[in-house]
Amino acid sequence: MDILRAITRPPKAHAPAGTHSSTDFGYLHSVESGAAVDGPGMRFVFFMAGCLFRCVYCHNPDTWKLHNGRKITLDDALAEVKPYAGFLRMAGGVTISGGEPLMQAPFVGEMFKHFKSELGLHTALDTQGYLHASVDDEWFDNVDLVLLDIKHSDPEVYQRLTAQPLQPTLDFAHRLQRLQKKMWLRYVLVPGWTDGHDDIARLADFVANLGSIVERVEVLPFHQMGTQKWAQLGMDYPLAGAPTPTPESTAEARSIFAERGLTVF
Amino acid sequence: MGILSQTIVPADAWAGFKGDKWRDAVDVRDFIQNNYKPYEADGAFLAGPTPRTLKVWETLGVLLAEERKKGVLDVSADRASTITAHDAGYIAKDIELIVGLQTDAPLKRAIMPNGGLRMVENGLEAFGFELDPSVHEIWTKYRKSHNQGIFDVYSPEILAARKSGVITGLPDAYGRGRIIGDYRRVALYGTDALRAFRLKDFRAIENEVFNDDVMRLREEMSEQYRALDELKEMAAKYGYDISKPATNAREAIQWTYFAYLAAVKEQNGAAMSLGRVSTFLDIYIQRDIDAGVLTEEQAQELIDDMIIKLRIVRFLRTPEYDQLFSGDPTWVTESIGGVGEDGRPLVTKSSFRFLHTLYNLGPAPEPNLTVLWSTKLPEGFKNFCAKVSADTSAIQYENDDLMRPKWGDDYGIACCVSAMRIGKQMQFFGARSNLAKALLYAINGGVDEKSGAVVAKGFEPITADVLDYDEVMAKFDKMMDWLAKTYVKALNTVHYMHDKYAYERIEMALHDRDILRTMACGIAGLSVAADSLSAIKHAKVKVIRNEAGLAVDYKIEGTYPAYGNNDDSVDSIAVWLTETFMKKIAAQPYFYRNSMPTQSVLTITSNVVYGKKTGNTPDGRRAGEPFAPGANPMNGRDTKGFVAAGASVAKIPYDAALDGISWTASATPDSLGRTGEERAKNLANCLDAYTAAGGFHVNVNVFNRDTLVHAMEHPELYPQLTVRVSGYAVNFVKLTREQQLDVISRTFHSKM
Repeated sequence: MDILRAITRPPKAHAPAGTHSSTDFGYLHSVESGAAVDGPGMRFVFFMAGCLFRCVYCHNPDTWKLHNGRKITLDDALAEVKPYAGFLRMAGGVTISGGEPLMQAPFVGEMFKHFKSELGLHTALDTQGYLHASVDDEWFDNVDLVLLDIKHSDPEVYQRLTAQPLQPTLDFAHRLQRLQKKMWLRYVLVPGWTDGHDDIARLADFVANLGSIVERVEVLPFHQMGTQKWAQLGMDYPLAGAPTPTPESTAEARSIFAERGLTVF
Repeated sequence: MGILSQTIVPADAWAGFKGDKWRDAVDVRDFIQNNYKPYEADGAFLAGPTPRTLKVWETLGVLLAEERKKGVLDVSADRASTITAHDAGYIAKDIELIVGLQTDAPLKRAIMPNGGLRMVENGLEAFGFELDPSVHEIWTKYRKSHNQGIFDVYSPEILAARKSGVITGLPDAYGRGRIIGDYRRVALYGTDALRAFRLKDFRAIENEVFNDDVMRLREEMSEQYRALDELKEMAAKYGYDISKPATNAREAIQWTYFAYLAAVKEQNGAAMSLGRVSTFLDIYIQRDIDAGVLTEEQAQELIDDMIIKLRIVRFLRTPEYDQLFSGDPTWVTESIGGVGEDGRPLVTKSSFRFLHTLYNLGPAPEPNLTVLWSTKLPEGFKNFCAKVSADTSAIQYENDDLMRPKWGDDYGIACCVSAMRIGKQMQFFGARSNLAKALLYAINGGVDEKSGAVVAKGFEPITADVLDYDEVMAKFDKMMDWLAKTYVKALNTVHYMHDKYAYERIEMALHDRDILRTMACGIAGLSVAADSLSAIKHAKVKVIRNEAGLAVDYKIEGTYPAYGNNDDSVDSIAVWLTETFMKKIAAQPYFYRNSMPTQSVLTITSNVVYGKKTGNTPDGRRAGEPFAPGANPMNGRDTKGFVAAGASVAKIPYDAALDGISWTASATPDSLGRTGEERAKNLANCLDAYTAAGGFHVNVNVFNRDTLVHAMEHPELYPQLTVRVSGYAVNFVKLTREQQLDVISRTFHSKM
């Protein structure tokens, strides 16, 4: 065991209510066999069910409820990826997204472990980080890359936007720095919510301070393609009819990160 | 010195060329193998368009805009077209490098009544033109057409199947096409030598027993060398003597193009493909560049100029035909790349130059640029192709690693997916039969679900309220027997008459005497039929009958696995369907001219029309709803993304569909990667994986839904917007609104 890790490891928190603690099975919303923007190269993506965030701009509200997902075993998960393993080894890898995959951290940890040991795949975790304290450092040994979604840099707005506090996510970023885990920072640009210059600059400062673990920053312009899903679920979409960012405002947001020496897309 | 004012020094046309075999007998492949120079690097050497090129293209642009408005710019309705019927025509005479038009003016269409007078008359009427009375008189009083011959033979059952749409698109009222003359032969040998070779063939059989086959062959060969003489005469109108071999790059391109031009003056074939000329022409270009008489810019100019000509090949067709085939297609397919039998890539700098025309002149549906993809292609070429795809959506890919073992390394694609050895093989194009509708016939005992008419006689309907898989399969098996029998009878008729009344003289003059002929059957509705059977097998499908007792709708209880998700429990049904129907075709007692039966899983864009003609199906598809194109999964049912969809399609065995299996994949640019470089790399990797998995063909479309919606509303802003549909590319703005909506509604595979 890594001594440094052992000393600096934070105390392990209890799994928060609503999470799923089995290592034998999990809940899957859907898969996507041909994603190219969820990690390096071509990705096979598992969208796990369940999220405790309630982001106003969520484009996958159908993934919120854990038990709306299809129950799968580890063998089921492996069987989904196996046909593509050769291709993925050459062209990309596997990404576990959601929902929030850390809602099912024990099971997802097993998935990563086997994708790595049995299939030799590059692995990526797509998360907002809030639940990171529920897993120990070894959990990340089988994760090659973390796609960390930080939704806002102001704690109050973050809470309003997501219904959860910001601090755990910031702590997670520092933890990744400590673990020297490669990271892509993702930031969804929503007009009127997340496009304030100072808010972005504050986040950019924070991210720049994380140092070389940050391989790239992706500014993702908000889109309205999730609208129909809110309607299908019979829920009121808080951002119904909200404008999408102009190319100029997207470029400006990117430049704020770029000015701090970050690689931005 | 400009290339136009270069003096051509009479020289030995073959100076510097290596190899012997090709000198003594017609053998273009041997010439290529001995002389081509593989190119393994990237596209950095390419040259942009010259002001001259842009001027020619702009001159044409004005006419093209007018054509888009009118549908047809002009028609030469005064005479039936032949190789020599028209005087020379030009776009901009003084600056054209490669010359030759189908008639005496650009975009002025010719009429070819040998294929059927009605097609000509309807086409003229639809666009406001009038046929010369003498042409009408000749083809009603004195000369019979292909179309008349066929309808003299068809049986009532064939007519009923044709009317209901269980067999659709038969080339019985239009030219069959899908024959590729080896146009390169004219450049390499000149017409006189080709004539002499053919005369030798002719004489070689003069002592045979004169049976039907020998007499037909001798008559055809006489037609062939006459056609070669006409080709020479046609070129002379443009001031060229093509009786002798081409002596430089410009002549090689000109001679090759003239040969192709003769074919499209003589035949209005459904697909008039070019073959595989780029690497052949590269040998001449490279020789001139090495000799210091041609620059890269000039080489690109020559290619650009030829491509301009290929972009304006036109035929007069009826609005119904255009509806069936989407827009105004000619399928001037050019096959690029591939790997030789000796392992050397057949990629040359001219492979790049051909693709580069999509930048120099902007995207266009024609010529139908087809890359023969192999995992062994050089990386530089792979990435260049992927980049061009992402930028223009104008390329289709076909699996060279699958085709090379079957057809060697000098085959070309006719139309969309049909491979044939150039100059050594042709096909009898057979359009397709509708398997989804045949399944409904199995359920209804041969009664058409839309009209109520009895189409297939002697069958009993299923009377149970819930469909039983075994019962359906047993009845479907018998219905496929009936379909195969009726279908092959129709095809034999069509091709017997086409040879008799609309023989492709110049195209066949550029073939060997003894060739392989395939009878290219086809199936449509594969995914609808597979999903329907899956629903019957894995869920519960209740039948809803009308008052006449006809099954007209279905209610599905439960869920079923759908084709397109890499799930063997249903993909195996699609494989079974393909193999089974092929066996039933192959079991037929007679194939005209000893042709070899094959089939394709390809619908072109007629998936929309097939859908219209087919009632509700047990998979839940509604009556009239378009089928998925080719071997595609049904829209929206491939829920696991395009890699899983491609894996399903790749399971359809090429051995059971030697005429090709088509898949159309669409993605938004954003979903393929963040940068141009990432997108190209990801796409190239996907193509490698699909090819390695045995996938046969893929159209790659990269565009935004928003762009297409905007183009529907403002067609004038998108004259060159090109989308790939099953097997070829079309101008999006020339599609009917229905087809546009179909293209848009197809799965976009952009992650939500």
